[in-house]
Amino acid sequence: MTTSGPRTLSEKIWEQHAVPSPLQEHARLAALAEGGGRGATGQPGERPDLLYIDLHLVHEVTSPQAFDGLRLAGRRVRRPDLTLATVDHNVPTIGREQPNPDPLSAQQLEVMRQNAKEFGVPLYDIFDIRQGIVHIIGPEQGYTQPGLTIVCGDSHTSTHGAFGALAFGIGTSEVEHVLATQTLRQTRPRTMSVEVTGALGPGVAAKDVILAIINRIGVDGGVGHVIEYRGEVIRSLSMEGRMTVCNMSIEAGARAGLIAPDETTFAYLKGRPHAPQGEHWEQAVERWRALPSDPGARFDQEVVLDGSAVQPFVTWGTNPGQSVPVGGRVPDPSSFATASQRESAERALTYMDLAAGTPIRQIAIDRVFLGSCTNGRIEDLRAAAKVVAGKHVASTVQAMVVPGSGLVKAQAEREGLDRVFTDAGFEWRDPGCSMCLGMNPDILLPGERCASTSNRNFEGRQGAGGRTHLVSPEMAAAAAIAGHFVDVREVL
Amino acid sequence: MRAVRRVTGRAIPLNRANVDTDQIIPAQYLKRIERTGYGPFAFEAWRKDPAFVLNNPAYAGAPILLTGANFGSGSSREHAVWAVEGLGVRALIAPKFADIFKNNCFQGGLLTIELPQADIDYLMARAEELPQSELVVDLESQTVRTADGAWERRFEIDAFRKYRLLRGLDDISMTLEYEPDVAAFEATRSELLPTTTG
Ligand code: SF4
Repeated sequence: MTTSGPRTLSEKIWEQHAVPSPLQEHARLAALAEGGGRGATGQPGERPDLLYIDLHLVHEVTSPQAFDGLRLAGRRVRRPDLTLATVDHNVPTIGREQPNPDPLSAQQLEVMRQNAKEFGVPLYDIFDIRQGIVHIIGPEQGYTQPGLTIVCGDSHTSTHGAFGALAFGIGTSEVEHVLATQTLRQTRPRTMSVEVTGALGPGVAAKDVILAIINRIGVDGGVGHVIEYRGEVIRSLSMEGRMTVCNMSIEAGARAGLIAPDETTFAYLKGRPHAPQGEHWEQAVERWRALPSDPGARFDQEVVLDGSAVQPFVTWGTNPGQSVPVGGRVPDPSSFATASQRESAERALTYMDLAAGTPIRQIAIDRVFLGSCTNGRIEDLRAAAKVVAGKHVASTVQAMVVPGSGLVKAQAEREGLDRVFTDAGFEWRDPGCSMCLGMNPDILLPGERCASTSNRNFEGRQGAGGRTHLVSPEMAAAAAIAGHFVDVREVL
Repeated sequence: MRAVRRVTGRAIPLNRANVDTDQIIPAQYLKRIERTGYGPFAFEAWRKDPAFVLNNPAYAGAPILLTGANFGSGSSREHAVWAVEGLGVRALIAPKFADIFKNNCFQGGLLTIELPQADIDYLMARAEELPQSELVVDLESQTVRTADGAWERRFEIDAFRKYRLLRGLDDISMTLEYEPDVAAFEATRSELLPTTTG
């Protein structure tokens, strides 16, 4: 079923990928068989469509059980040529040449290798220069293109929405479904427009924009919705910045986040290894130009945020919505409107070992993590390097940089950024997810406090008992030097 | 997938909002390549607190989990569903679930039932006061009721999912029946697809 009248970007992509008719028919019959009930009415959220998937990204942690399922049922991967695997979540970021000391990790990496081989799926393995965090390598290689449907067994697949693709995370059973059928059954999402007006002040990063948005709509504000980010601030962001914004859509509960493709998108993609080439390029750009939401298209929800007022943000709690501008203080739990928010704030302050009323700038840190699919791209490293150049990490702080991919690492080294960081006392690691999720030995110790450029400050996310404050790369770099949070605008 | 028609039994009152998947199953257990055996690691950090609800023997093995809004937020790890299932839970009741977690539950045949906060508050208080009291979740009639029948609410579920859950149909085999449609559709897109081989 197609919507008539003006359509949004996500509706267009959805409709271009819903395999015509059979499933709707099935759902209708099912509804009749059940004696009515809801469903099959074409309303968002009520009826699963069979959605064709253009690109399926795979990694070692959420795929072993899916490949096992295929093997048990005697099935093959339907389109290995639309599937790309890498290893990122569970790879060491140091001493890769040595045998992996953790037998479970070694096994998981080996199983990825065997599955890729057995099912014919291309793999960027650990010593491939193209290896890296799955959401960094897709765009880097030019696989991530406007108008595509992209899935991965990882919630931050929303990152790829920065190119005007409909990209979302799925679970392992759905990974198996996509491997076997190249389709997915999904109910139609609702739509939300988040418009960021004006212009960002100096020292304010894309990370601050998305933290401000989540602070505003809440960690469940986007549930059931695809968010389209719009407005002057979004248009003025680089592709790297747009990826940072879309990346954290899931932190607002959204099913996906996307941004209309424009000249910035095309310029980034042109000439990338897997982007369309030659005459195909021109045709592709022409198609992509038809994707943006039509004038007058209606969204189920609309939010407007004044970009000029966005400040560098720091999270104080244990979900990404619990944040304040760096000039602020840790809030008093009693200041929140609902009982659930108050209870959650109290729990968070206990876990984070923070007293209400503490100025954010007085919070001392032990660790700094610069990396992840949120902020592990070259532009992030450049921004952080600018802050640390010629300075030294505080004696009380241990800081590390984990580039998002082998190519990001190589590019940074060409620009001499690795020296800037190591001279300043940062560790310079090999690419992977690292301390973003604490699966490998890169973890916080209980009670350690970290300024992190990643995306989740959940209890224990970076290691059991660890305390995470989410910030932009610039803010993390400034905190590393000072040993506590500072307003990066004062040190730039 | 096993069919599910009705879940009857005690309910665990896990009275917190935004319970994230890192709490349900910490990342270190994601190194395992199996689908089962995650129950003992579920809510590992919170279980260190003796007062945590899952440490109360009165709720041991209860098949229904009552919880706050946005349960299962965060990661797409299906291990979270396998962990909850490993505790013996077959149905979850909350005001709202995170999208990916909800999809994952459906894949595993776990029921996710959304009821208004006021109903959750009532059931939560009841489960706290009377841990032995039982609830009946009935998929056919789309209702949740107290075992004595004194309280009953209807819940929504889309007809397609209901149909599949009641029969325990395997999603992949159902989709493969549409292979000709998928192939025909795919042929119209062949030029647009970003191939990863060659
Ligand atoms: S960097 Fe972090 S958020 Fe991104 S894919 Fe890896 S673990 Fe997930």
